[in-house]
Amino acid sequence: MPVTAAHSAADLPALLTLALRPLPTAPLELLLQRLADSILARHPGLLDRIGGEGTRRFGIEPRDLPFAILLEVQPAAVHLSVVSALDGLQVDARIAGNLLSLIELIDGRRDGDALFFSRDLAVEGDIEAVLALRNAIDNAELELLHELAQLAAPWSGIAEQMMRTAVRALAYVAPVPAGFGERAR
Amino acid sequence: MSTGSNALLEIVCPAGTPAALRTAVDAGAHSVYCGFRDETNARNFPGLNFSRPEMREGIAHAHRHGAKVLVAINTFPRAGGLALWHRAVDDAAEMAADAVILADIGLLAYAAERHPHLRLHLSVQAAAANAASIGFYVTEFGVRRVVLPRVLSIAEIARINAGVACETEVFVFGGLCVMEEGRCSLSSYATGKSPNMHGVCSPASHVSYRDDGGELVSRLGEFTINRVERAAAVAYPTLCKGRFKTALGCGHIFEDPASLDVRELLGQLRTAGVTALKIEGRQRSRAYTGAVVRAFRAAVEAMAGGEPLPRDLLAGLAEGQRATSGAYLKTWR
Repeated sequence: MPVTAAHSAADLPALLTLALRPLPTAPLELLLQRLADSILARHPGLLDRIGGEGTRRFGIEPRDLPFAILLEVQPAAVHLSVVSALDGLQVDARIAGNLLSLIELIDGRRDGDALFFSRDLAVEGDIEAVLALRNAIDNAELELLHELAQLAAPWSGIAEQMMRTAVRALAYVAPVPAGFGERAR
Repeated sequence: MSTGSNALLEIVCPAGTPAALRTAVDAGAHSVYCGFRDETNARNFPGLNFSRPEMREGIAHAHRHGAKVLVAINTFPRAGGLALWHRAVDDAAEMAADAVILADIGLLAYAAERHPHLRLHLSVQAAAANAASIGFYVTEFGVRRVVLPRVLSIAEIARINAGVACETEVFVFGGLCVMEEGRCSLSSYATGKSPNMHGVCSPASHVSYRDDGGELVSRLGEFTINRVERAAAVAYPTLCKGRFKTALGCGHIFEDPASLDVRELLGQLRTAGVTALKIEGRQRSRAYTGAVVRAFRAAVEAMAGGEPLPRDLLAGLAEGQRATSGAYLKTWR
């Protein structure tokens, strides 16, 4: 008999999700693209480990956010767009999970297979491309807060400190990713 | 051959990536096993494994921190394609790997002849499950350690250890295979790709998942192998963990999806003469590697110090979210 799945990551509060709904997506898209460019520059082996030829399109669906992200991986670049939904878009693979699970996966604080076993993470489409993406990200040893702070250069150190303080404060009212408020490893 | 009762059991950890290798070393692994980025190892999955420069740096990193690196070259070479496997053995030896883990008799002969000082471990893929079989590999190729198949009870392991002149390594955590290691053709039948020769069991290129009204439908090649209800834990998309309809009903006809976790049996394994404890999971993340290695390092240190075993919950990492003691305590029907 199948075992009932024990979920491991909390959704964002519904009120917060609702509050995000009317916000314009263009600034977020710009921020995500700058973050992706910075990560690629700082981790040059990432695309090589993803491998493959041509463009692969990943639809990333944070289930507790009112939008989705289209990630296009090319041999030498990535492009990110924020879309209201993935329906009708041509993608090679879809990856869905709540925001916390996805962040903790990128940060290397959660195991992708374990999130899949517990149904916290769902994947469809080109599974080979999904595995290559996941393994490449895991090997890059990213920490999103640290990577975000690099965008504020030359004030990255101060920015990182402020963000960690803000996340620790946020933890009183909403679930935050494990270890996000701690110092960089 | 048996281990001294107070010696720390060696923890042998998986690393699918250089980052996982560093994580394993940081977490207290005594040895790390890993493979090159090709079909010479049995975890030839997308985005995994080591380029030559990565392997060289990984070995150097482990050695700087007092850990060993065992290079898995444990698939069976194709006829006409031997050069790839020979080069893997030559490169591992040149990079000062602490051992190579091999399964193929021809490759063992090549390694023993060309690199007489290279330590040879017999992979679980060789399925050497009795003293006579293990004795052959020890006598003919100078194998120093055998990784025992996951089909043996602790009493059987003790009997083997009493009759062989090499170390034994046993699996203590992670995914389980059906009981035909190195000979399983289930995935080959469904996909045309062999775990034993191409290094891929249930290759991702042949796996598909589909949400069907909240049920997760998994397929391997042309076969639907599972349909799991909305609230149920899921497993790897392997035929051996699939559910099938038979005359006896619907269920797991090969084995239930569960991960091995035998921390409670470490004392018995030590008494049975085991030298090393192997953690499965080169396909897993560094989060898995770190958590499991820390838990097992704490367990072997507690045991060596005569203290109670620490209680770390690793069930969340288990396939199907269930743990099992596998064959170690099994009585055959």
